[in-house]
Amino acid sequence: MSTVTDKTNVNVNTAAGNEGAKDNKKVVYDTKDLNLWYGEGHALKNINLAINENEVTAIIGPSGCGKSTYIKTLNRMVEMVPSVKISGEILYRGRNILEKSYQVEDLRTSVGMVFQKPNPFPKSIYENIVYGPKIHGIRDKKILDEIVEKSLRGAAIWDEVKDRLNQNAYGLSGGQQQRICIARALAIEPDVILMDEPTSALDPISTLKVEELVQELKKDFSIIIVTHNMQQAARISDKTAFFLNGEVIEFAETDKIFSNPSDKRTEDYITGRFG
Amino acid sequence: MKYVDAKQVHKKMGSRLLANKLAKALFLMATLFGLVVLVVLIYRVLTAGLPWINMDFLTNRLSTDPGRAGIWGAIMGTFWLMLVVAPVTMILGIGTAIYLEEYATKGRISSFIKTNISNLAGVPSVVFGILGLTVFARALDLGSVVLAGGLTMALLVLPVVVVASQEAIRAVPQFLREASFGMGATKWQTIKNVVLPAALPGILTGVILALSRAIGETAPLVVIGIPALLIPIPDGIFDKFTILPVQIYYWTIDSALVAEYANLAAATIVILLLVLFVMNSIAILIRNKFQKRY
Repeated sequence: MSTVTDKTNVNVNTAAGNEGAKDNKKVVYDTKDLNLWYGEGHALKNINLAINENEVTAIIGPSGCGKSTYIKTLNRMVEMVPSVKISGEILYRGRNILEKSYQVEDLRTSVGMVFQKPNPFPKSIYENIVYGPKIHGIRDKKILDEIVEKSLRGAAIWDEVKDRLNQNAYGLSGGQQQRICIARALAIEPDVILMDEPTSALDPISTLKVEELVQELKKDFSIIIVTHNMQQAARISDKTAFFLNGEVIEFAETDKIFSNPSDKRTEDYITGRFG
Repeated sequence: MKYVDAKQVHKKMGSRLLANKLAKALFLMATLFGLVVLVVLIYRVLTAGLPWINMDFLTNRLSTDPGRAGIWGAIMGTFWLMLVVAPVTMILGIGTAIYLEEYATKGRISSFIKTNISNLAGVPSVVFGILGLTVFARALDLGSVVLAGGLTMALLVLPVVVVASQEAIRAVPQFLREASFGMGATKWQTIKNVVLPAALPGILTGVILALSRAIGETAPLVVIGIPALLIPIPDGIFDKFTILPVQIYYWTIDSALVAEYANLAAATIVILLLVLFVMNSIAILIRNKFQKRY
């Protein structure tokens, strides 16, 4: 067991390193020996992952494998859980975000997040989008108007809502709400967008729209997406990391993971033998 | 052979149905008892009080002469008292609730504080009166003025506001906070922009119910020392004052001497009930208008 883990880690490191060199892509998030405990429970074990910019990185794995915990560690939302303990390093653009001196507010301004369940505020669509810019001090109505249009266009929902920006976002369908939440994340002009199973509460058509959107967004953003749906990972991601019991079993090009996985457990999972 | 024998069941059916009817009658009587007492009470108050209510009764000063006595002083006293109680309880109560729910780490100390807030709600109001008398009226040397009474009353109803606000804040879904934190908002920005607006209806309901309790309280202010016959009308929070329930109390006691005082008390009760009815209605309206939308 331990030899397998060691071997995998080596694989991961070299793979990430090679890939980075090959496509000349910069690493946006570099995770080194990350361990995380919820009380006594060891939820993440020696995670080593290098995530490139302007790519879609999918994180797959069965329930309870730590994939959600991992993505929430990337913007330190995981700290909202009391009794959480973290060791190791996560370098975001070269700086360790787990250092006490790293302001979470700062981090989360560069790293937007879209959640599992659409969670718009019970305010108007307009107020939802300008929430982020406003808390960061933008007051100029003209600039806010521009941000709203740009973000809603960016989230491919402008045409559907442009005539009812002052209506409550709760009146929209679930799929529209989720795209409003993506637009809201875009409004803070982030560098990275974290998506925690963003389509798990949506119907197939809305899911498709969000997936198309993700493809569109990766031109300007680095996207890390947790998904329960392997077809989705295969459809939209460039790289895929397979998590199992808090460990990264395999991390490689999505094509490789789904056509020729190097680990037996990855193969078992993607062929539906468990999980 | 079947275990549940139809014949046996049938034989016992009569007594079972009878027991059912008896139970129903018992519970109905329990309900009616309270209702009947309330109706009798209101009927008595209305018949004794209504004929005495007119413009003069509302706008006159106090007097020993029942024909000329009015409750303008008590109305203004109640008004000034609420002007102290409302802001003090809101600031202290909502502030405490925000601290306990949003900032305090969940642990022994915060659960100790929470338990004691509930205990505070159970302390008899007369004890608060003694506290108000020693601390505000005497130690701070305010005397029996509106400010001393208001601060005492604010402490008395504080637990109501704290508990109601805590519940309202707790009912705000976590995913709204996450959305705000996820965009880099600080805790205070999240509380100000997301939590408080969502919790406001619940908080307001609690505040109004607390104020309506304060309006009806008598004992603490009697202890602080409200005079039985106060002719001047209070003009501010540093004036001596009386309030509606205390006036009811003194008139009821003195009705042994002058029978008409009982009618004045009844008339004042009608006014007080009216005020309470309006306040509670507003609380219910707010609650219904802002039913949870999540």
